[in-house]
Amino acid sequence: MDIFLQLLASGFLVGGIYALIALGFVLIYKATNIINFATGEFMMIGAYIFYSLMVYLKLSPFIGFPLVIIFAAILGFLVERLILRHMLGQPNISIIMVTIGLSSILLGMAEIIWGSSFRSFPPLFPRKPIILGEIVLRSNLFYGFLMAMAVVAIFLLLFKYAKVGVAMRATANDQIAAFSMGINVKTMFTISWAFGAIAASMGGIIIGNIGGVQPTLGHIGLKIFPIVILGGLDSIIGAVIGGFIVGIVENMAGGYLDPYFHGGVKDLAPFVVLIFILLIKPHGLFGTKEIERL
Amino acid sequence: MKILSIDHVSLSFGGLNVLSDVSFDVNQGEIFAIIGPNGAGKTSILNIISGFYRPEKGTVSFNGKDLTHIPADKRAALGMGRTFQNIALYHGMSVLDNIKLGAHSHLNTGLLSALWYWGSAHKEEMQLRRKIEEEIIDFLEIESIRNHPVSALAYGLQKRVELARALAMRPRILLMDEPVAGMNAEETEDMARFILDIKEEYDTTIVLIEHDMKMIMDISDRVLVLNFGQALTQGTPKEVQKHPDVIEAYLGKKK
Repeated sequence: MDIFLQLLASGFLVGGIYALIALGFVLIYKATNIINFATGEFMMIGAYIFYSLMVYLKLSPFIGFPLVIIFAAILGFLVERLILRHMLGQPNISIIMVTIGLSSILLGMAEIIWGSSFRSFPPLFPRKPIILGEIVLRSNLFYGFLMAMAVVAIFLLLFKYAKVGVAMRATANDQIAAFSMGINVKTMFTISWAFGAIAASMGGIIIGNIGGVQPTLGHIGLKIFPIVILGGLDSIIGAVIGGFIVGIVENMAGGYLDPYFHGGVKDLAPFVVLIFILLIKPHGLFGTKEIERL
Repeated sequence: MKILSIDHVSLSFGGLNVLSDVSFDVNQGEIFAIIGPNGAGKTSILNIISGFYRPEKGTVSFNGKDLTHIPADKRAALGMGRTFQNIALYHGMSVLDNIKLGAHSHLNTGLLSALWYWGSAHKEEMQLRRKIEEEIIDFLEIESIRNHPVSALAYGLQKRVELARALAMRPRILLMDEPVAGMNAEETEDMARFILDIKEEYDTTIVLIEHDMKMIMDISDRVLVLNFGQALTQGTPKEVQKHPDVIEAYLGKKK
């Protein structure tokens, strides 16, 4: 029982962090219908920027976070304006290839600037593990989870109440109607890329703080992919719940099954769950069903 | 006094001439109907007026202002409202939220206060909400469904919500693409009454496309007939009905 609770709790925490990164996918997809395969690289760049601000410029994290947010917003803005704006109306597969290409470019740039060696952050949070009854939680994971949840909550509130959030939802719902309501749809695209990049970079900082930074940090983005598909690509709440499901399933599989095999079940399990859910709900748990009228 | 004028407008998609040299004026406060067989270019005209298409030749001016270089989303603030042939509502949202979005173009708060809900944006929103609740919802008799999600409503009601959303924009001119298509007799009658009331109470100019001839002849002040992208004739409903070209376009030639 103890081990079950332990796995459940740490899976839950990991899941919360996954949810934030999944949000990075969903924010962009929801408004623009583009799956950003460079989300992982947005994370990695965010983590490196934060690392540089902390280690080279010796800034406090309280200045570092806002600076990374600003930087990520600019990165998202530039990517949309300079690259994806020109892809409007092009076939989906071309757009996907562009984002994959973008991920390679960002990866290469990171290697040129920071090299490929592994670096770890200076300690951000108190090192003392959190002990709840019999459950022991790593402090980096625990505080990282709190941070992720705070960012997710801010995005949820923004979408629900702020004018820009409502305009983004309107754009996602129906672009033509949004236009005729006086919403500048292209600006909404740019803002959603900036938001997506901010969510990803925050996730990158949290992951980097737990496991260190290296150019391949972004590969975790592939793990996030089943989460967004599972939750439904255009659902924010789906991303959050999908994140928790995958975090917990992964941890359980790792704890209970990995000892019997040669490892690797942990990485496989989320995809098995994904396939089952898609068999039952092809649009994901909360995704929009598209009805095509003939 | 003319409020909208379409001046020698032509549009083609590839080799297909959708509109050739169409001109007409719409006067302030009138109901102007555009009719014609399928594929005559009616919706294209509306799309040109609201800025989704750009004409190859000719100009559109609204209120004396040339619209050629004004993008679609900026035209809402100039006072142009629109409803669509296939209902274009925000299906995930409630009726009230949909209507509130219509007033989006009139919320003149800066980026920062708009990002965050409080401050003047909040106050504005509150005033707006009251105004909308009292007027438009009441006006269109949708009080009982205000908090329903739009996707759960019947077709006729959805059309009415779409109209409410367009009205919340306080348009000087309202473009309606087939407002009664697919409606039953009762719903059609309601909608016709609402259109007349809008004209009278708000002094809104209305440009509408419709296939329901009875309604067109009942409510419109003037009618433009399009066929194969060309303006056949325009005039009062009575004049248009008698015009030989119109009879030919609709009924075919006598052998």
